[in-house]
Amino acid sequence: MKTLIHNAQLVGCVLDVDSKARSLGMADGKIAFIGDEPEGFNAERYIDANDLTVMPGCVDLAAWLREPGLDYKATLASETYAAIASGITTLTYQPEPAAMVGNSAQFNLIQDINRNLGYAHIRVLGNLTQDLQGERLSNMGGLKRAGCVGVTNGWQPLQSLRVQRLAMEYASTHNITVFIYPLEVALAAGGMVHEGAVASRLGFAAIPSAAETVAVAQTLALIEMTGTRVHFCRLSAEGSVRLIRQAKAQGLPVTADVAAHQLFLTEMDVADFNPLCHVRPPLRSERDREALIEGLADNTIDAICSDHQPHEIDAKLAPFQQTEPGISALETLLPLTLRLVEQGYLSLEQAIAKVTSAPAAIIHDAAGRLQVGAPADIVMLDLEALWTLEYESMLSQGKNTPFAGWSFNGKVRQAWLAGRHIYRTE
Amino acid sequence: MYKHLLPGALPSSMQLSPDGRLRHFLTIEGLPPLLLEEILDRAEQFMAIPEKQQKKAPLLRGKTVMNLFFENSTRTRVTFEIAAQRLGADVTSLDIRTSSASKGETLLDTIRNLEAMNADMFVVRHEHSGAAHFIARYAAPHVSVLNAGDGRHAHPTQAMLDMFTIRKHKCEFAPLKVAIVGDILHSRVARSEIHALNTLATGEVRVIAPKTLLPVEVEKMGVKVYTDMDEGLRDVDVVIMLRLQRERMGSALLPSEREFFKLYGLTEKRLELTRPDAIVMHPGPINRGIEIDSRVADGPRSVILEQVTNGIAVRMAVMAMIMGGNAV
Repeated sequence: MKTLIHNAQLVGCVLDVDSKARSLGMADGKIAFIGDEPEGFNAERYIDANDLTVMPGCVDLAAWLREPGLDYKATLASETYAAIASGITTLTYQPEPAAMVGNSAQFNLIQDINRNLGYAHIRVLGNLTQDLQGERLSNMGGLKRAGCVGVTNGWQPLQSLRVQRLAMEYASTHNITVFIYPLEVALAAGGMVHEGAVASRLGFAAIPSAAETVAVAQTLALIEMTGTRVHFCRLSAEGSVRLIRQAKAQGLPVTADVAAHQLFLTEMDVADFNPLCHVRPPLRSERDREALIEGLADNTIDAICSDHQPHEIDAKLAPFQQTEPGISALETLLPLTLRLVEQGYLSLEQAIAKVTSAPAAIIHDAAGRLQVGAPADIVMLDLEALWTLEYESMLSQGKNTPFAGWSFNGKVRQAWLAGRHIYRTE
Repeated sequence: MYKHLLPGALPSSMQLSPDGRLRHFLTIEGLPPLLLEEILDRAEQFMAIPEKQQKKAPLLRGKTVMNLFFENSTRTRVTFEIAAQRLGADVTSLDIRTSSASKGETLLDTIRNLEAMNADMFVVRHEHSGAAHFIARYAAPHVSVLNAGDGRHAHPTQAMLDMFTIRKHKCEFAPLKVAIVGDILHSRVARSEIHALNTLATGEVRVIAPKTLLPVEVEKMGVKVYTDMDEGLRDVDVVIMLRLQRERMGSALLPSEREFFKLYGLTEKRLELTRPDAIVMHPGPINRGIEIDSRVADGPRSVILEQVTNGIAVRMAVMAMIMGGNAV
C-alpha cells in the first residue's frame, strides 16, 4: 500500500535530504520519497503524524531469541512483537549452545518461522566454530551464502589463540565480519560480578576488567596480522574503550557496541544481590560507565544494542550465583538510548544513529536510515510521552528486567515494517 | 513476581523490623552498634545462668527451628542445635546436600515445603553468597532466617561470638588494635568480623595476607592492609588467625604450605611482637603447622576453645532476640 506520512519531525535522514522535509512516502516496501509528494505518487493512505517524530526502525545487534531450542524462555513470535512495539524493526539473532546456527538448514528454519510472523526482520549470526565448541571452524562460507550477516562464538571460549587466528583468516577469506565477545576465561575464573569493592564486600568470585581488555588486545593484534573485519560485542571496561579508540585511530577495521544497561547500571546495583542485575559482561564501576558513554560520544563505540536475553522466571529465582545472566531488554533499548539525549550526552540525531544506521552498517543492512530506496521500516515516536515500565505490561516473554518502575520519555505510537502497518497504540 | 526490587529489600534494612527489632540475622553490615551490644549483653546473661535453669525458662517453647545445611559443618550445626534446644525449641537439622537438592528440587521449593511443616526459623548455611538473603526475601512473613554462613559473604554469629570473646578479655573496643591474618579473600568470617569490629568502633582493624589472598579494594571496608606479618602484628591486642584451606595451594594462590607458614604462620616468636597481653583467636577448625603453631594454639594466650563455648550463648542470644520476648 502506498502510504504518506505528513506533518512529521524526521530524524535519521541521510545527509542530502532537505532538512525542512516534513513528509515521507512508502511504496513497495521501500521509502519512495522524502519531502513533498511527487506528482503521480497517488498515496492510498495519508497519515497525519501530528508533529510526532518519525525515524527509521531500530536495528538491534544482539538479541538472544531462544527459538528454536529454548522456547520456554521466549519465542520468535513473542519477541519480534515486543521488538516492533518498542521501535525495533531488525533483530540480530545470536547463536548459543542450545540454539545454534551451524548450517543453512538451521538458518532457514529461523527465517521460515519468522516469515509467517512478519513483525520484525531477523538477521542471523552464524557459528564461528563447529557446535560453538571452539575447536574446528564452522562452514562459514556456506553460512554466508545462506544469508548470515556475521559469525560469532558468543561467550563460548575458543580453544586457543591459534584457532582464533585461523577462524579470523578463514572468515576474511569469505569477507565475513567476526563478532568477538572479548573475555579471557582464565582470568574470569568462575566470577560473575565485577572485581571491585562491591564484589569484595559481598564475597563474590569476580571478573577483573583485565579479563576483557586482555582479550581485546589479543584480538587487535590478530586483526593487525590478518586484516579481518572484527566487531567487538558488549564492551564493559574503560580499558577496552581506550584500546579500540587507539585501534580506530590506527585505521584497523574494527567496530564495537555496548549494551544499553551498561550505560545506566554499575556494580553498585548488585549490592543487594539482585539477580536481575546479573549480566555478562558484569556491571562495572562508575568510571567504566562514564568511559563507555564517552566512547559513544566520540564514536569509539559505534552502536548501542539491547543484548536482549529473555528468561523464564525460575532462571532468576535463586541465589545470585545460581541464576542465569541476562536482561530482557528489547523494551528498554530505545527508551534508555533517548535518556542519553535527556542527560545531554548525545544529540537526538547521534543517539538515534547509535541504534539505527550505525548497527545497520555493521551488519551491512540497507535499513536504519531515512533514505529513498531504503526499506520502509519506520517508527513513529512521541518523544514527550511519559510512561513507566511495569512487569505486567511487558510484551517480551521474559520479564527479567531491573528497570521495572523506571519512567521514560518517548513512546512508540506506530510502526511499519517494509511499508506494512504493523503496530499502533494510543 | 520478582521481589528483589521491592522497597526495603536491601540486606541491611530487611533484617530489622519497623520498630528496630531483629527480624532476620543475615549480616553485621548496617546493624546499629547498640544492637550488637544488646546481643553481647544477652549472651552474657545466658552465660551467667546455669544450664539447668535455662531449660526452666524456655523462651522458644513451641517454636520450630530448622537447620538447613547446604554445606557441611559439624561444629556450627551442633552449636545451633544446642542453642535452640536450651531455649526450648524443637530442632530439626537437614543435610540438604544429600536430600532434595540433589534430586533437583529448587531452593525455593525446599523452603516452601519446610514452611508447610510450620518452621518458625531457618538457620541457613549455603555455599553461595547471598543465599540467606534470598531465602529471607522469599520466606513467609512469620519465618525468620539466621545466616550460618553464606559463601564468602557473611558469618554473623561467628563474628559476634568473636566480639563476645574479645569483650570478655578486653572490656572495651575503642583502644584495641585487632589483626585478622590469612585467607581474607575466601573468608566470610573475616568479612563479618571487619564489619562487627568497625561497628563497635574498634581503634584499628588490620588485615594481614599476601596480595593473592586479599580481596581487591579491601581497604574500603575500613581496614589497614599489611602484607608483612611482622609489621602487621606489632602492638596488636587481638590476633585472629583464619583457616587456610589446603586446596588453595593447588590453585596458584600460594606457592606452598611451608612458605605460607614461614611468612604468615603464627609462632611464639612472632607473638612476641604483639602486646604482652594479646589474645589469639581462630574460628576453627585449625590447621596446625600451616597457619598456626601448636604451641601457640594450645598456649596460654589462645582463647580458641573458649570461642566454641561462647558460640552457644551468642547463638542463644540471637535466636532469643529474633523469636523470643525480651526477658531472659
